[in-house]
Amino acid sequence: MSLLRVERVSRHFGSLVAVDGVSLTVEPGELRAVIGPNGAGKTTFFNLISGFFPPTSGKIFLDDRDITAASSHRRVDMGIARTFQITEIFPELTVRENLRIPAEVAQGLRLRPWLARADDERVRARVDELLEMGGLADKADRLVGELPHGDQRSTEIMMALALKPRLLLLDEPTAGMGDRETYDITTLVRSLHRDQKLAIVLIEHDMRVVFHLADRIMVLAEGAVLAEGTPDEIAANERVQEAYLGKAA
Amino acid sequence: MSEVNRKLAMLAAIWAALILAPLWMPLVGGYTALGTRVMVLGLAAMSVNFLLGFTGVLSFGHAAWFGLGAYGCGLLLKFVALSTPLGLLAGTLLGGVMGGLLGALIVRRRGVYFAMVTIAFGQVFYYIAFQWSSLTGGDDGLRPFYRQPLHLGVATVDILHDSTAFYYFVLVCFAFAVAAMGFILRSPFGRTMLAIRENERRARFLGIPVEMHIWIAFTLSCFFMAFAGSLYALVNNFADPRGLHYSQSGDFVMMAVLGGMRTFWGPLLGAVVFVMLQDYISSITINWQIFIGLFYVACVLFFPRGVLGILRRKATT
Repeated sequence: MSLLRVERVSRHFGSLVAVDGVSLTVEPGELRAVIGPNGAGKTTFFNLISGFFPPTSGKIFLDDRDITAASSHRRVDMGIARTFQITEIFPELTVRENLRIPAEVAQGLRLRPWLARADDERVRARVDELLEMGGLADKADRLVGELPHGDQRSTEIMMALALKPRLLLLDEPTAGMGDRETYDITTLVRSLHRDQKLAIVLIEHDMRVVFHLADRIMVLAEGAVLAEGTPDEIAANERVQEAYLGKAA
Repeated sequence: MSEVNRKLAMLAAIWAALILAPLWMPLVGGYTALGTRVMVLGLAAMSVNFLLGFTGVLSFGHAAWFGLGAYGCGLLLKFVALSTPLGLLAGTLLGGVMGGLLGALIVRRRGVYFAMVTIAFGQVFYYIAFQWSSLTGGDDGLRPFYRQPLHLGVATVDILHDSTAFYYFVLVCFAFAVAAMGFILRSPFGRTMLAIRENERRARFLGIPVEMHIWIAFTLSCFFMAFAGSLYALVNNFADPRGLHYSQSGDFVMMAVLGGMRTFWGPLLGAVVFVMLQDYISSITINWQIFIGLFYVACVLFFPRGVLGILRRKATT
């Protein structure tokens, strides 16, 4: 049974067709990249999967359950977590608090007006673990809004992980990052995929990252699927080279 | 001093000042009843700030729940039973339940739209209280009713004539309400309120049903507000339609902003400043509101984090 199955989804904004009949299947543990030129509909496609808005047509299934009409927070409960192209964090809270909120949501505590000692310890341990994994332990008590861009990106990814998702959607995780930070994030994503067997769908512009990480790649252009295949197949695909990599390539 | 020690020292100072108020207030030209009034208004401002400062939602009609609390308490004492605790209970339930019901209708509105709808609700209750003279006393307000002695089993406390005893009764009520507020804000639910204030989109995509959480925070805030309103009816032995009016809502928001809306205790300090200014300037000129307004504008322009926000910044740098 596939984890995520998207069947011919489209999204129209007035007369603009942002996503046009795109289908995608993601197996458990798979790392899938979505690439395409600016305006190809990649982020809109993510917004459809994560429930930011409903598709104009088409269906979305998680574990063969139809989630097309499910709210975004319901999809989080079911195991879909995402990050955003432009970092979305809680700027005036510390890194620790930023991670604590999703960690408590994941443990079903979000409506609790109190916290038993055992729950509190469990949450703290989980937050420490995430801080360690994200390389944020030494900045845990800084306000996240005051940290460099790279640390904010890492915090956002760790917030998504704190939800214990089964499917992680990363929207250009290395956008605006230097080489060193890009390397760190790439290493993190690879370990999530290889060691934790987490299914990941990744939008990315940095081709080194994409070809290094992805099991399969989907190429979008003007809202539709241009090509789909392994990195080698995509690299050899003439239509992709024409539309995306430029005719010279 | 470490962060934790500083917080403990501040807490100790606040509670010491409150507990000893009947002793020191006369020395600075105040009187105990003024202290009682400030504390009740401070609780109301803290209730507004529970929503404004910690959930990021501005209600500009919160006086509605304050006033409903006052009328609920007064009506019970006047028509139903001569019992102070039952009066508090009736007022708190009336304001809190109405707030919860109407809040459910508006939690999808945001920003200025939310503020406008809350003003409208407040004005509806204002005109009901104003027009329904047979029940509410209309423009003259609801009277006569009096707070009743407290029967504590072993002893009876006359809070009607003994202003110091009444001050301590209000202080105990205040302490319970404030402890509940502080407790909630430090809980997982309280952290989801902060999350919504900081970044609603992020909160939503972390699996928090934002509308539901705003509704709960709004309803809790209404209950606290109605509790403060019930106490206010006991303070004055009187309930007034102006307690429901949007200008009263504005006063509460002003107190919260003056004191510092990102701080827990700021609104109490804001209430102190507000009432002191009001008391002092209104003894000089009937146009005291001009000066409060000017002071408010100056504060917002030069100290947008409020009085307590400034003190805190000084302490950390």
